[in-house]
Amino acid sequence: MKTLLIFIPILPLIGFLLNGIFGRSFPKKLVHRIAITTTGISFLLAVITFFKFLSLDVESLVFNYFTWIKAGDFVANFGFLLDPLSMVMVLVVTGVGFLIHVYSIGYMWNDIGYNRFFAYLNLFMFSMLILVLANNYLLLFVGWEGVGLCSYLLIGFYFHKKSASDAGKKAFIVNRIGDFGFVVGLMLIFFTFRTIDFEKVFSEIVNRGYGVEAGWGVLTVIGVLLFIGATGKSAQIPLYVWLPDAMEGPTPVSALIHAATMVTAGVYMITRSNAIYSRAPHALFIVGLIGSITALFAATIGIFQRDIKRVLAYSTVSQLGYMFTALGVLAFSAGIFHLMTHAFFKALLFLGSGSVILALHHEQDMQNMGGLKKYLPITCWTMWAATLAISGIPIFAGFFSKDEILWRSYSTPVKGHMIFYILGTVAALITALYMFRLMFLTFHGKTRLPEDKLSHVHESPKSMTGVLVVLAILSTIGGFVGMPGWTKIPNIFENFLEPVFKFMPHKGIVHAVEGHSAGNELLVTLVSILVAGIGALIAYIIYLKKEVTPEKEENLGLIYKLIFNKYYVDEIYNFLVVQPIKWFSTNVLWKIVDVSIIDGIVNGYAYLTEGLSVGVSKIQNGFIRSYVGWIALGGIGILYYILINFIK
Amino acid sequence: MEILGVPILNAVTYFPLIGFLVILLIPKSKETLIKIVANVTGFIGFLISLPLIINWYKPEVVNGMKNGMRYVIDVPWIRTIGARYQFGIDGISLLLVLLTTLLGFIAILSSWSAIKDRVKEYYAYMLLLQTGMLGVFMATDLFLFYVFWEVMLVPMYFLIGVWGGPRKLYAAIKFFLYTLAGSVLMLLAIIALYFKYISIYGWEHRTFSLFKFMQVGFDPQFQWWAFLAFFIGFAIKVPMFPFHTWLPDAHVEAPTAGSVILAGVLLKMGTYGFVRFSLPLFPDAMIKFTPLLMTLCVIGIIYGALVAMMQADMKKLVAYSSVSHLGMTMLGVFALTQVGIQGGVIQMINHGISTGALFLIVGIVYERRHTRLIKEYGGLSHNMPLYATIFLIMTLSSIGLPGLNGFIGEFMILQGTFARHDLRVYAILAASGVILGAAYMLWLYQRVMFGKLEKEENKKMKDLNLREVFTFVPLIILAVWIGIYPSFWLKYLKAPVKKITDIYQKKMVEKKVELNSKLKVDYKGMKRIINNNNMSEE
Repeated sequence: MKTLLIFIPILPLIGFLLNGIFGRSFPKKLVHRIAITTTGISFLLAVITFFKFLSLDVESLVFNYFTWIKAGDFVANFGFLLDPLSMVMVLVVTGVGFLIHVYSIGYMWNDIGYNRFFAYLNLFMFSMLILVLANNYLLLFVGWEGVGLCSYLLIGFYFHKKSASDAGKKAFIVNRIGDFGFVVGLMLIFFTFRTIDFEKVFSEIVNRGYGVEAGWGVLTVIGVLLFIGATGKSAQIPLYVWLPDAMEGPTPVSALIHAATMVTAGVYMITRSNAIYSRAPHALFIVGLIGSITALFAATIGIFQRDIKRVLAYSTVSQLGYMFTALGVLAFSAGIFHLMTHAFFKALLFLGSGSVILALHHEQDMQNMGGLKKYLPITCWTMWAATLAISGIPIFAGFFSKDEILWRSYSTPVKGHMIFYILGTVAALITALYMFRLMFLTFHGKTRLPEDKLSHVHESPKSMTGVLVVLAILSTIGGFVGMPGWTKIPNIFENFLEPVFKFMPHKGIVHAVEGHSAGNELLVTLVSILVAGIGALIAYIIYLKKEVTPEKEENLGLIYKLIFNKYYVDEIYNFLVVQPIKWFSTNVLWKIVDVSIIDGIVNGYAYLTEGLSVGVSKIQNGFIRSYVGWIALGGIGILYYILINFIK
Repeated sequence: MEILGVPILNAVTYFPLIGFLVILLIPKSKETLIKIVANVTGFIGFLISLPLIINWYKPEVVNGMKNGMRYVIDVPWIRTIGARYQFGIDGISLLLVLLTTLLGFIAILSSWSAIKDRVKEYYAYMLLLQTGMLGVFMATDLFLFYVFWEVMLVPMYFLIGVWGGPRKLYAAIKFFLYTLAGSVLMLLAIIALYFKYISIYGWEHRTFSLFKFMQVGFDPQFQWWAFLAFFIGFAIKVPMFPFHTWLPDAHVEAPTAGSVILAGVLLKMGTYGFVRFSLPLFPDAMIKFTPLLMTLCVIGIIYGALVAMMQADMKKLVAYSSVSHLGMTMLGVFALTQVGIQGGVIQMINHGISTGALFLIVGIVYERRHTRLIKEYGGLSHNMPLYATIFLIMTLSSIGLPGLNGFIGEFMILQGTFARHDLRVYAILAASGVILGAAYMLWLYQRVMFGKLEKEENKKMKDLNLREVFTFVPLIILAVWIGIYPSFWLKYLKAPVKKITDIYQKKMVEKKVELNSKLKVDYKGMKRIINNNNMSEE
């Protein structure tokens, strides 16, 4: 099992090395064969591991491969932790990752840098698997930074475009700000518990008898610091700004990295640290609050975006907000459940939009779409499955996970849970609104595409549509593993994840939920269905009945402008942070401190010396009479000195 | 350990001198021959330093250890003043010696087509410099150390002053005077140590030996002054804020190989000096000055990064980034913890690797385009894919991406600093410098490599040739090696660093005892006061 497990990340690494080093001389077919075979086998190995894990009937397995860093009493191993949580993550990452690799063949076929693309994609798979399999915080951080690097490289894949390389850089730097919190949190963990291994840290917490902290104890501080890291990677307020720009990358990248897997790393990390968060209510409150505010805030921006991928990007930010809301009310498994279903439907939405974009020859503005249903039938219907899922329409996957989150927010008696619930419910309405808007504007109504362009529009190749269909099936039935309580059908997903939460202080707070009647839960469900229905209805009336196009939306004036420009957050950041730093560095630090003050002193000293020696050297001018004069002057001086002393 | 009858440390140190002498004998016009001799000398010089690490754990080497030093050579040198010819290396010096022989060779190799005039003198100076630097890392007699310290100054002065850019004279003199000012103070301190020792043990025991000095335990007042003098000497060399302004000038004007050596090795002499001399000799002063030193380090980290960000000249940018990185290195060293010092030393090596490589990288485009202005470039990824890859790897190494060397050093330093409650703030501030590091390096990379290839001159630029690739290969291997399996290198540092931290452990315990006893007294006093109060109430 130990060897089996290491091969899951190693295989994509081999793919990366092969394509990265020799890829330029490989034919295209060989390039994608290498990439797909390695990820495919790695997915198969993950499935085998899954069944083996089930048959072993253990809570978790730890494998240490080698000692990575050892200095003083600090030890970091290269080791993996296999438990239900990492198992779910590995399956999602390899599964969705494999599908997106297959999709990319068709999508990227005509792009230059084919080998570079697959090499990066494989490197991403490797890093992401390290992230989810790591058995300690430092190794997790290695994966964490590794996926950040791949994200940087892939966002800037079209590096000749300034906007693309800007976006890549922005992503990296904003993430670095988050990483700062993470690293400080990591160090605090080590100095509190003298270890960074997950299971050891958590059992230390239990053994030392840490209770739920009333104020700002060490666990709360750690929790907040780690969450700062999560806001970077998982694009939450205030560090979400990089994700929408990240859409500069190729669409499969948006699907894999910026929707399905990497951006959920923060959710995974906090769930992994449930032993810490469940004892730190203040940290938990911050997580939930930021999450639910982000869910609503980002959803509103989605309403008026014209770029099809940007709508989906803000939607991702918003959905990640839901996941954090779940964590904020201790519904960790609901958060992971939503992570999984979201991976299916959001990957599908992105890949679907990619299919549209490819068919329209890289047109992304929805103003120039409409009525594409008959030209792209498979894309259209699969995307509908995802739309229904994300909007929370019953039986589709997203319905179960989102409903679970809203129900838990409503019923778990933690600080602020009703605020989370209300924000989440309003966001649900808006989600349905912007998603139905997207679908109507793209596939329905009259087409706004010129005739000559329309004749070139055709459905994507089978390798792409096939992937869409598989994801559509998953988005439709994927939710059945987590049935709500009122159905009396066991929640398989939650039961499977149960061992992950063995370090939580007391189940009481979670089980308080059970005090509520099934009727209440049904009511919450009905409310969320109703809300989604209203959102869909509004979209239907505006965009299908009244045929409002993105251009007509501009008539809304100020509100439209504010939302379309994303509340000017980027501009505000630029004005408040970026420009002052640049100005201060150039004009104060460099030009004043360095050049004028420090070098001024240094050079001034040199000039002083020079001036003095020039002055002094004038004495030695070669005229005998002036020498005699100096001697006489000296003689008088000495005489005077002796006389004075003599008189005394 | 001997090579052909010569003690190995002598062989490693003086082998470049043989090449130096041979080159002096070759007529000026035979440039190719001179280049070949220099390259071969550099390469063999690197090879003969390898037995140092290969034989490290051999019983005869371990048994021959004296004062924790291996391969010791110890013979009387200038009897009148008691100076001895005393060489020896421990794990810390070992890594630096290997770095020096490797970078020395790479620097020579990289000059093949870059240096076109006064070829003979150029290579002669490069080899002379090599000997000087190696001596610094091996000498354990302070007099001998000082001699090597000054020896290496001269060739570097000429390398900048003769083969440098437009303002080479200003830069060379600035470099020379700055360093000299520091080393004069250091010499004074060495002499003070010498006479202090004599005043305790008598004239017949006169010595400059580091180990003899270490046994003394100088009084805090004396330590204070001596530390300060050494501090200025080393801090200028490192360079620490605010002694750093010679560095950007020297780097900008120096030829590529000069910059590589300057950043890779010369700066390490300052950091090494702190570890080798200041830390063991002046523990009381060190503890006393820690907050001040830490503050300077943190300022250096953030200040260097901010100024680097706004530079228009690539070399200046990398030079200021060195100020930032070395601030980080010193932070670890001054933290005085096992993890911190080990991290600091490994970061010295890392900085040598990644900044050395970055200067080579700048040198490559400079050689092709004769400009270092960032705005002159852009889109080079299109026609120089290999260069783009290597540049990217080194950028990532420099900004501390996990999996590469820089991360290991930075993390250990931060961790080692964070370990001390009183220094936590510094660790947190320093960590914020890491954000800026990413900002300036990625921005540089973006402006040089990404975007459209617009300028005609840039379109003609060729990708790396085989020789150029070869200069980077060892550096990349090391960057990955240290990143993924640092234990291999860290194990050499464990014992020597422990020797240092033991001194401080003892000091800290003493201090605690002192503090506790004071507290007890106070406690008793308080009790008495309380009792008195109680009594008066009664």
